[in-house]
Parts: sequence; C-alpha cells; structure tokens
Amino acid sequence: MAKKILFIEDESALQKTLGDFLKQEGYNTVSALDGETGLKMAKTEKPDLILLDLVLPKMHGFEVLQALKEDAGTKDIPIIILTNLESTGDVEKALELGATTYLVKASYSLEEVIKKIKKALGE
Amino acid sequence: MGFKKLLDELNIIARCKKYGISIWQCPQFLFVLMGIVIMITAVVTYTLGTRVAADPETVLLIVLALTVVLFVITFSITRSLEGLAEANQMKTEFINIVSHQLRSPLSNLKWALELLMSNHLGEIKEKRSEYMKILEDNTNRMSELVADLLTVSRLEQGRFLLNKAEFSLTDLAKEIIAIHKPAAEASQIRLKLEAPGNLPKVYGDALRIKIVAENFVHNAIRYNKDKGEVKVKIAPKNKSLLFAVQDNGIGIPADDQKHIFEKFFRSKNALKSQTHGSGLGLYIGKMIIEKSDGKIGFKSEKNKGSTFWFLLPIKA
Repeated sequence: MAKKILFIEDESALQKTLGDFLKQEGYNTVSALDGETGLKMAKTEKPDLILLDLVLPKMHGFEVLQALKEDAGTKDIPIIILTNLESTGDVEKALELGATTYLVKASYSLEEVIKKIKKALGE
Repeated sequence: MGFKKLLDELNIIARCKKYGISIWQCPQFLFVLMGIVIMITAVVTYTLGTRVAADPETVLLIVLALTVVLFVITFSITRSLEGLAEANQMKTEFINIVSHQLRSPLSNLKWALELLMSNHLGEIKEKRSEYMKILEDNTNRMSELVADLLTVSRLEQGRFLLNKAEFSLTDLAKEIIAIHKPAAEASQIRLKLEAPGNLPKVYGDALRIKIVAENFVHNAIRYNKDKGEVKVKIAPKNKSLLFAVQDNGIGIPADDQKHIFEKFFRSKNALKSQTHGSGLGLYIGKMIIEKSDGKIGFKSEKNKGSTFWFLLPIKA
C-alpha cells in the first residue's frame, strides 16, 4: 500500500509542486495550509511521515513539532522540517524536539528532498 | 597616477560627500580638523610659555579654551564613528531580512521549474498552465519586493521626487476599490466607500498617494476576518481631507502598535494570519505622506479591527 505523507506548508505553490512530485513517486499525500489544521490532521490521518514548515499561520512549526512528539499517538511518526530558516539555533531546536531531518528548501532540489524522504521512511 | 590618487585621498570634502553625510559627521574631516587644532595648541602653548608666562590667568584661559575645542571635536568623532557602526549593523540586518524574503518565492520558482523540466511530466503535462501560473505569481512577488526596496532606498536617500498637482481623492478611492473588489469578494468581505459628493481636490502626487491608499485597503482585506467589512471614508477636516480605511479584522496588539510604522516590522497578529509580507508598506506610506505635508496615523484594537488614516492638504 502506498505510504501516506502529510505536508504542512502555507505556500500553495510548494504544496502543489512537491505534492505532484510525491504522487508521481507513488506516495499518497494529504496537506494542511496552517499549523493548527496540520496538527489535527496528523492525529486523524495517521500519516507515515510528516513534512513540516516552520513559519506557519495560526501555530508555529515548533509548537506543532512539540505537540506531535508529546502525543503517544503521533510521537513515532518521522518528521522532516522543510523551511527557509537556517540559523543554527533553529536547526538545533528542531533536532532537540525530535525532528528526523532539517532541510532548507532553497538549498535542495525536489530529487534530493525525495531521497531524504525515502531515507526517513526506511526505503 | 599615484599623485592623482594621493590628491583624491586628500580631497576630504569630496570623500565625505560621497558617503552622503554632513561634513561635521565625517570622520576624515574631523581628524584633519583635530590635527590642525592640536598643532595650533602646541604652538600657542609654546609661545605663551616662553613670552607671557608672567600672566598665568591668560595662559590658563587660552589653554582651557583650546582644550574645550579639542574635547568637542573628539566627541563628534566618537559620535560619527558610532553612527557608522550602527549604519553598518543595520545594513547587515537589512540584507538578512531581504534575502529571507526573496527565498520563499525563489524556492517556489526553483521547484516548479525543476518539475516542468524533469522527465516526471506524466500527468503534469495537462497541468502546465497551473505551473506557468506559479512561475508568474512568484516572479511578481519578487518584483514587488524589489520595487518596494528601491522605493525605500530612494526615500531614504532623498532621491524620491514628488510630482505634486491637484487631484480627486474620491476618484482615487473608486479606482482602488475596483482593483481590490475581486479579492475582497473572494473572502466574502464587503468593500464600501463613504464620501460626500462635493469634496474639494487635494494637493499631492496622485501616483505616490495611490501607493499609500492601496496599501491601507490591501491590508484591511488581508488582515480581516471572513465576512468582514472594509470601509473607505473621505471627509473634510480643517484645510485638509481625511482618507480613512476601517476594518473589523484581527487588529494590532497594544504592545506592537508603537512599532507599526517601523521598517520591516510585522505585528505578531499579522504573522499569525499571513506569513507573507515585507513589513515595508506602512513604512513607505509614512514617508510618502510626510513628504506630501500630510499626516498619517491609526487606531486599532486586537481582535476588533483597525482604522488607518492620512490627512492631505487641500491647497498648496
């Protein structure tokens, strides 16, 4: 069965490009445009992996990450941070809170993002 | 050539002019001035010491006066160096903020292009036009940001010229409302104009004032709630006309209000509802209105809404 990826990102353009790419790679994708909805969907949709942006409306990515890792139902889902922030402070905080990887959007191509996703899913 | 270079180095006034600061803030000039004063002090002290040592009070007075002059110059140098350090730090901050803001549309462009050019086309072939739209939107986003930055730079350097003439604020408001109506309707926001029929014309640069008025309306729609209302009001006030845009949106928290016209500032509330935005619109607006001999201001309450207004003179 196709693995399900939840993409929490407020840029609809990125939702579309990465979403289409993931579909082509055979993944099932669901998406949320803000932090609050993303957190709710993580609980109801039970995805195999979450792609999480940091600067999000309604709830910051770090708050979402923390809430996901504190919840027994979601704490084992691998989370890849996908953002354009790249201060060492942000990276350290994300990894400390339990993110699997931290990717800076502008420095990665779609192909490279897919590779990281496959790795996080153990494929 | 070496000689010419030396002359250029010595042409302190030209160098200071290049930095765009006044001569009394220019470290090079102040150092030369201090050197001259020190030489005068040395000569005067020597002369006084050898000739009029009999009158210690005069010597004391002259030496004191020269010390005060030196003290003032040293103080000015320290201040001007502080100013330079501050400007340097602001520039670094500026570059940081701008590169961050260019990054989001850039990554959108990069990924959309990668997909369009990849062998992964498949069903994307049919979606080509959607991808072209992404390219168009993000290119526009970048050019808007660059245009705002250029405006800021021109305003700050005083190279922003206003073409003042009489024009109708009501006509301007109608034009802006027509442009923004589709966006407002998409969020079920009512956009209304309240302006009496016989208003006089205002004096200013209509194109620049439009930037400010449009920014007010744009913000009122963006930071509104669904099914909200945006009211554009024009009314006479003393020898000016008042242009006000009232919304019942998210409002600005009290502790953010004093920063609202600062460069790059975005309120916590604004960031929560809309992650895009340069924080330059109101800063540019304030500078344009002040250059137009007008006044700008706002009233806001968190979760209740905001009213942004400006006053423009009726006659020159």
